[in-house]
Amino acid sequence: METSAAARVQPSPRETLDSVVIRFAGDSGDGMQLTGSQFTTATADAGNDLATFPDFPAEIRAPAGTTYGVSGYQIHFAAHDVLTPGDAPDVLVAMNPAALKVNTDALKPGGLLVVNTGAFTPNNLKKAGYENNPLEDDSLDRFRLLALDVTKMTLDAVKQVGLGSKEAHRCKNMWTLGLMYWLFGRERDQTVTWLNQKFAKRPKLAEANIAALNAGHIFGENAELPHGINAYEVPSAHLPPGEYRNISGNEATAWGLVTGARLAGLNMMYGSYPITPASNLLHHLARLKHFGVTTFQAEDEIAAVAAAVGASFGGSIGVTGTSGPGVALKSEAIGLAIAAELPLVIVDVQRGGPSTGLPTKTEQSDLFQAVWGRNGDAPLAVLAAATPGDCFYMAIEAVRIAVRYMTPVILLTDGYVANSAEPWPLPDLDSLEPFPVKHHDDPEGFHPFLRDENTQARVWAIPGTPGLEHRIGGLEKDRNTGHISYDPTNHHRMTQARERKIAGIARGFGSAKVDQGDDYGDMLVVGWGSTYGSISQAVRLLRERGHQVSHLHLRNIWPLPQGTGELLRSFNSVLVPELNNGQLVKLLRAEYLVDAESLTRVTGKPFQIQALVRAVAERLQRNGT
Amino acid sequence: MSPNPPKKEYTRKDFASDQEVRWCPGCGDYAILAAVQRTLPSLGSTPENTVFISGIGCSSRFPYYMNTYGFHTIHGRAPAVATGLKLANPELDVWVITGDGDGLSIGGNHLLHVLRRNIDLQIMLFNNQIYGLTKGQYSPTSQVGKVTPSSPLGSIDQPIVPARFALGARATFIARAFDTSKKLPAALSAAREHRGAAFIEILQNCPVFNDGVFDLITDRKTGPAYQLWLEHGQPMKFGANGEKGLRLKPETLSLEVVTIGEDGVTEQDIIVHDETNPSLAWMLTDLPEVVALGVLYRQPGPVYGDSVEVQRELAEKRFGEPDLHALLRQGHTWTVS
Repeated sequence: METSAAARVQPSPRETLDSVVIRFAGDSGDGMQLTGSQFTTATADAGNDLATFPDFPAEIRAPAGTTYGVSGYQIHFAAHDVLTPGDAPDVLVAMNPAALKVNTDALKPGGLLVVNTGAFTPNNLKKAGYENNPLEDDSLDRFRLLALDVTKMTLDAVKQVGLGSKEAHRCKNMWTLGLMYWLFGRERDQTVTWLNQKFAKRPKLAEANIAALNAGHIFGENAELPHGINAYEVPSAHLPPGEYRNISGNEATAWGLVTGARLAGLNMMYGSYPITPASNLLHHLARLKHFGVTTFQAEDEIAAVAAAVGASFGGSIGVTGTSGPGVALKSEAIGLAIAAELPLVIVDVQRGGPSTGLPTKTEQSDLFQAVWGRNGDAPLAVLAAATPGDCFYMAIEAVRIAVRYMTPVILLTDGYVANSAEPWPLPDLDSLEPFPVKHHDDPEGFHPFLRDENTQARVWAIPGTPGLEHRIGGLEKDRNTGHISYDPTNHHRMTQARERKIAGIARGFGSAKVDQGDDYGDMLVVGWGSTYGSISQAVRLLRERGHQVSHLHLRNIWPLPQGTGELLRSFNSVLVPELNNGQLVKLLRAEYLVDAESLTRVTGKPFQIQALVRAVAERLQRNGT
Repeated sequence: MSPNPPKKEYTRKDFASDQEVRWCPGCGDYAILAAVQRTLPSLGSTPENTVFISGIGCSSRFPYYMNTYGFHTIHGRAPAVATGLKLANPELDVWVITGDGDGLSIGGNHLLHVLRRNIDLQIMLFNNQIYGLTKGQYSPTSQVGKVTPSSPLGSIDQPIVPARFALGARATFIARAFDTSKKLPAALSAAREHRGAAFIEILQNCPVFNDGVFDLITDRKTGPAYQLWLEHGQPMKFGANGEKGLRLKPETLSLEVVTIGEDGVTEQDIIVHDETNPSLAWMLTDLPEVVALGVLYRQPGPVYGDSVEVQRELAEKRFGEPDLHALLRQGHTWTVS
């Protein structure tokens, strides 16, 4: 039988999958973060919904081949909507023995394991702690193994370019990416463009990396893959129509802050001291000087916030960004902004604690510090972003509350939400309501603690305004004149006034609403921050099984939304999963006297959906529902 | 004919707030406050464009007594708050008020950085060599051996020389004066006229916890023998009749006090003050037998706020009008239909 030409070039049929989780793992110098983010862009282009989880060590270049130097990037993509980076990978790409060692247990049984045999040298095996080469015994039998000498094939592919050995070896990740593109039917064009831009000044490097990328892809096209390994197809997801981009949390926060400042009609002063995982907020904002943004890399965390307070005194919106240890250092200055009643936004990209803790790992353990971590009765507003894209809106909200109520606002994000990416429908900027600030300029009856009747915010009068000269500071002020006052009754009233002002913020946003499910039922799962995806997915699965479970996700941590207590009491039980040792749960119990139960995990990683499902199901069973 | 209404002529009263001054009787701060209130009108300052920012301590109550804008901040951080304010509004005339404890102990880091960045503001450091507001502990400028409640057998800390610290931080203006001196206003004026961070150390008497520590220098009778008032381009002479002076000892690269007419010393031997010479300034910060006063060092350098402005203009030129719509679309986007 004659085969037509068309049939001969037709690729072999691809196996259709609904969703896939891939983890790229290698040495921190292997370029796994770049590989992952390129795969992410190509996947977004293919129309899948996705979520990612970069997981890298605190050391910049840990000794090569060691387990503590392993850097990972996980991506979950599907033909349906995706809310988390996935529990266990279906595919593991291990660039060396250490990457295999660290990630073997995570890979699903039957999962596809791609390893670079070229890196499985006796020395690397020893450094990873392997006594025997796992590729040569039966320890990996539960996986579908694709063992390839990526090193050799990469060096062959880039030989004609004539790079040095070190640079040639560095192209391994692009070879691997090329193969993965072929396996999952992704296009290479975007990566080729990106490589040409990245290495515009070193065209040889661009050429070599593109050669490696193509070689990996061609290998896939031609190779006889072992039995059980196919090429795959993940149909595009039905995302709502619109214009999309991939966005990470820190990017979204930076852009949200700028947007917020413009909606307020103010310049913005961002003071910051480099700290993981908040540093790139400073990097993003430093490029936006033409938006009226001044960035100030201060000598320390305290100077960073103090400069922001000074800028707010001067009429700009002062913003500072940091992580938990930085917030600790800033506490006194935040207290000053509370006493002086000046607007201020503090972004806390949380990481594992206490002390230096786990700088590159995620955690939600700064809630207490944010709500209560200052001397004196020092209330302020606390917000928490649920997803990378949500950071944009919460940053705007932080600016809005700060200027409307003349108060510091802490926006809590975390290392996971800051670094992971998701496809984000671009906002309609015209639909964002401006909240223009008018600085006070009327000398009639002026004193610095005149308050707005509605918001209880004091007037914002700024230096340079004739007739409004005044002095503020950390000492208690008389509520009627703004002068220093040690009067006991006045202090009592000012303490209450500060408390009342913050409590009143809740009137300016919506009351507590469940994100999923009914307003009553057997169990309410209450989350906050970056656990949104895991909880949402878990609750969806539980509801599909017929459980009367609902999900409440708090974005306003302080003040809490009105109606929260009533909602909590409308359920037979309340479960609060958090990536800390139980913080929101104590806040809810203290505020509402409800018997909320805690579910905690502090492994530096997001919740696994199945773990949440099990935890909820167990409790429902125990409660007899 | 000018279309503008005539400028109001301000007097010292316009700069005095209605608040009762609450320093201890006899405190040197009263004299400094009076000097500032007297000097500002002569500099063309206006209450609305002048801001005093302080940290914590006796001196830091200063802003409350000025009818200008004022911010009494937290311990040691006034330079950082002032930096933020200047970034928000470079037009303001900002004065930082600090003390030896506030500026050199808890806030030493911020003082270092505000000086090296050369933020355009004035820093008045009231040095009384003691912690006054906490009742008399030794400070980072207290002399070794100083007996205080926290050093009953005498302080064992080596003191900081504030002007030397400022020079090390690459300050572009360093002056020194004392609280009751008639020449304090001139030092303040020079600081105000300097573009960049102007550092003025003011020796200040604390009558309660460190009374008389500067008496030899400030006393009308003994003073002339200890006060070397510097003038750029003039020989560095002092003493009741200008009979003493400084001579360079080239073999040790140091300055020595000499008496004109003794041991063959003539006017020509007296070294001339060059306020732009950092090596000379280094020696002047800590002289034997005498205290250098006036402007020790003045060498204008790039002003931080100017550089910020240059970069902003550069960004505007390079990126054009700010466009949020375009910002959100930078990089890769795609459309789902």
